Amino acid sequence: MIWFINSLSWALLVVGAMTCVIGGFGMLRMPDFYTRTHAASIADTGGMLLIMFALMLQAGLTLITVKLVLIVLFLMITSPTASHALARAALHDDVKPRLNHDKRMGASGSANDRHDPS
Amino acid sequence: MRYLLGLLVGLAILWLVLSGHYAPMFLAFGLGSCLFTVWLCHRLGSIDAEGVPVDLLPRLPGYMLWLLWQILKANVDVAARILRPGRHISPTMITLTAHQRTPLGQAVFANSVTLTPGTITVGLTDGQAEVHALSEAGSHDLDGGVIDQRVRALESRVRHLSSAGS
Repeated sequence: MIWFINSLSWALLVVGAMTCVIGGFGMLRMPDFYTRTHAASIADTGGMLLIMFALMLQAGLTLITVKLVLIVLFLMITSPTASHALARAALHDDVKPRLNHDKRMGASGSANDRHDPS
Repeated sequence: MRYLLGLLVGLAILWLVLSGHYAPMFLAFGLGSCLFTVWLCHRLGSIDAEGVPVDLLPRLPGYMLWLLWQILKANVDVAARILRPGRHISPTMITLTAHQRTPLGQAVFANSVTLTPGTITVGLTDGQAEVHALSEAGSHDLDGGVIDQRVRALESRVRHLSSAGS
């Protein structure tokens, strides 16, 4: 049983770490600010959750696990707040998103659409 | 009163979990700091249905589990879009209506959308959420309003706040 929990925990740690790397890779690969934010959000949701869950398996039913759960809860509240503030600040500062589809209210249909081959 | 008690109990539990010291002197310090915090919040006027959302508590675990599942699915989708060679994104901006009755519910909705990879809420005014999505497919999912409905169910029995819009 112990080896099963250990292997599961290690597998989750590896997948979580890979998720963070994919997030970082995405930040390099994405074309503009807003799409990069999406790539970064992989690391701080998926990567964070997988690594935290792996650590909970390591800690077992102890106070440490309760603290890890609290960290997850707080990160799930603060990280979207931070991404929202960042994206809103960028929009406020006239960083124009490169869009394929603009379905905002008041947007002039496809006038703002732009297809770039990259 | 229920919100004040809710805040006090919540703070006490948080202190007990984070402290790990249970000698009488430490417990007294803990109680003192909890009461001080409650007094500060009372002075700030932040002890109400919005500041202490105890009404959501019974339905919150179910919502969190559902949201975790959505987050994992969205993670796989965005990771695939990053890794596959070629361009697999179609950035989209879309305006969504947040149908929640309270500002708290709308904030939960906006935060849930942002927390899900591939979609970010960039603005929320008068119940209209402006969302940037990594792909058009992702914006379609939001247009279906699944998250919106779930958050409405989450707050279904929340007491009306005086400031609740429409």
